[in-house]
Amino acid sequence: METILFYILSALIVVFSIASVSSRKILRAVTYLLFVLIAISGIYFLVDYSFLGAVQLTVYGGGVIVLIIFSVLLVHHIELELEVTPIKRKIIAGLISVVGLGITLWAIYTFPFTNATNYKSIEVADIGRKLLGYGDGGFILPFEVISVLLLAVMVGAIVIAKGKKLNE
Amino acid sequence: MIEGISIYEILTLSSIVFFVGVYGFFTRENLITVLMSIELILNASALNFVIINTYLYPDFLQGAVFSIFIIAMAAAETALAIAIIINLYKLVASVEVKDTEKLKY
Repeated sequence: METILFYILSALIVVFSIASVSSRKILRAVTYLLFVLIAISGIYFLVDYSFLGAVQLTVYGGGVIVLIIFSVLLVHHIELELEVTPIKRKIIAGLISVVGLGITLWAIYTFPFTNATNYKSIEVADIGRKLLGYGDGGFILPFEVISVLLLAVMVGAIVIAKGKKLNE
Repeated sequence: MIEGISIYEILTLSSIVFFVGVYGFFTRENLITVLMSIELILNASALNFVIINTYLYPDFLQGAVFSIFIIAMAAAETALAIAIIINLYKLVASVEVKDTEKLKY
């Protein structure tokens, strides 16, 4: 059952990510990106890390996609079609991607991974203790740095988006 | 760990998503769609962190914690980039990559 679910999800991810980078209607591309993000959160649920699945759904499905749609509606006509990329650049980019994918897959399939046997699911309580732990292997410093970063980004986004016109 | 799925299949999936994002990053001409390609790349790397953590080192939680940090960074980056794009649209009335040369020279 989980195997079938994984294959359905990965087919959805591959198809919709390719559609998202190749669609010429920008609003459709954003919708395909939303499908990709939701399917990736499904994979997080499958590996029993439901906290990150919920975070992915709320932050990406609820926040980032809404921001992108908002900016698309602000700066484009809704039926605008994107410019066609020159075929030469498409071929070069496709070649780079395929060669890179080949090298990565070769490296993955020749590396002997030793799977752990003592599998257990990731609990929210463990994550919380790890994030706020200041002992050995605790993550309190990056956690605080991330919170300061979010504050700085909030202030910076407000200041930049308010900006004056160049001729004023 | 997913029943009947080895780590190789999931790593294959995440590398495909990563390189689809790289392809979009090279071919797109619009700033918003370039940003969407970056989102794909960041998602693939976060998926890799979680998968390697659960399949190879289930006793440690470093990968799980770092994927949360990646998602926070991606959200911050998106908010800032959208602010810059909206400001740029006010300045040059376009969000195409070839028109954004206000900071040059």
